[in-house]
Amino acid sequence: MDFPLLDIRYDGKRIAYLDSAATSQKPAQVIESISDYYKTYNANIHRGIYKISEKATEVYIGSKEKAAKLINAGSYSEIVYTKNATDAINLAAIGWGNRNIKEGDHILITEMEHHSNIVPWQMLAKKNGAVLDYVDVDRSAYTLNEESLEKGLAKSPKIFAFTHVSNVLGTVNDAKRLTKMAHDAGALVLLDGAQSVPHMKVDIRDIGADLFAFSSHKMLGPAGIGVLRAERSFLEGMDPMITGGDMILSVEKQSSTWNDVPWKFEAGTPNIEGGVGFGAAIDYLNAVGMDNIQKHEIEITKYALDALGTDDKVRVYGPDIKSGVRGGIISFSIKGVHPHDIATIFDSHGIAIRTGHHCAMPLVRSVLGLPAAARMSFYLYNNEEEVDRAVQAIKSVKEIFHVG
Amino acid sequence: MGLDIYAEEMISHYEHPHNKRKMEKPSVELHENNPLCGDDITVYCLVEGNVVRDVSFDGDGCAISIGTASMLTDFAKGKGLDEIEKMNFDTIKELIGIDPGPARIKCATLALKTLKGCAFLYQHKEIDKATKEL
Repeated sequence: MDFPLLDIRYDGKRIAYLDSAATSQKPAQVIESISDYYKTYNANIHRGIYKISEKATEVYIGSKEKAAKLINAGSYSEIVYTKNATDAINLAAIGWGNRNIKEGDHILITEMEHHSNIVPWQMLAKKNGAVLDYVDVDRSAYTLNEESLEKGLAKSPKIFAFTHVSNVLGTVNDAKRLTKMAHDAGALVLLDGAQSVPHMKVDIRDIGADLFAFSSHKMLGPAGIGVLRAERSFLEGMDPMITGGDMILSVEKQSSTWNDVPWKFEAGTPNIEGGVGFGAAIDYLNAVGMDNIQKHEIEITKYALDALGTDDKVRVYGPDIKSGVRGGIISFSIKGVHPHDIATIFDSHGIAIRTGHHCAMPLVRSVLGLPAAARMSFYLYNNEEEVDRAVQAIKSVKEIFHVG
Repeated sequence: MGLDIYAEEMISHYEHPHNKRKMEKPSVELHENNPLCGDDITVYCLVEGNVVRDVSFDGDGCAISIGTASMLTDFAKGKGLDEIEKMNFDTIKELIGIDPGPARIKCATLALKTLKGCAFLYQHKEIDKATKEL
């Protein structure tokens, strides 16, 4: 097994790690790539006229090339490194939005967004006097409501920001079709790929979204590094959010000129080891194959949904697996039991799941009508035996709480 | 932590909570919640001469927050406001017979935090802004 953490035994049991939508585990290849950087070529990038700095620069830029290739972007210069997907969306909302959103403009998002794709737009709307509209989630299909979408686009929003895959429902939105609809309505598109890029092949030029955000730590890489992708000309029209060293061409006493993209968005010494590890993570994903990863996750999700579906005390949220628009995320509840109690009992079985509002309060509270939900999420290292253990844990929850 | 916190007594208090009712004419009441988990509680106290004659609560939450609220409200009846002020995390550990562990400490202390907030509010006529956590 390539994942050292998953070989550790606690009380004789391996951890069944079913929380990859929060963060993924890391393969030895990623861990070693970072260790190797520290041990053999740790140096600052860009201006060092010596070998190890040149190598660090080459590997750092190389990781951007890998990220660009992974999502079929044009070149590494379209890849802006940020802290994470949240930071990437903030950069878009500030760097593009401050300049382009005016009083009375509409911004369109959806009810299934993570807080990272809600709050930056709330801030922008408040600051610039814009109106923030939402596309409703259909309460039974758990997909975006088509009528509500058309209504939202009819208001001629300047931008439509939506998630590729819901981190709560597992719903996979048809990003290409939605992008085309938005473009036809005159809106730009920001696509949140935090839950899609780790789990499926994504061709961003085919989808056509103008701005695209995702995060390394959810795709086997280290935390602290993420991506905002846009075409060069688009990035050139954006303002930097953070300024300082490395992002400038020249600094005079009263003014400065910006460096070329993507560097104008990366002030200060960047997360070099993050880039190194991210590159190794992309290599690992490519070696396994994104299509194989997606196939594996759909199989395991089907297996889990079949197992949970036979239990009338368990309620599962999200689209029907047969609809073909569902990824490896299962939010669920057990009648009469609070999700936190479910998670504590799962933990005693050595199973890691997440509970709460999953940073999507409008979705969990308004759409699902729950104070919190329990969530299992799968990745390439999960297997059916772990699902069987989860089913046993549910049995244990029901015994303790006298359900059934 | 294993499953010791879900001893039959805790589950029994969760399924049939004591003192879970809105009080019509309380001397003081206070609402608190744990926004991250959705636990939500209001504690009502009837105070006579610095003694809590009656205490009840209402709200939603996990077994640990509701079970603890049930046990704590039983325990707090007849106690002086000064005694309630002195209650702390140790009081909760003694009541439930176990350390709830870091992941669940907020669930286990929500009722006591609210009860102590009531005592402060009754005596000082203002919300206790100084005490953040127990």
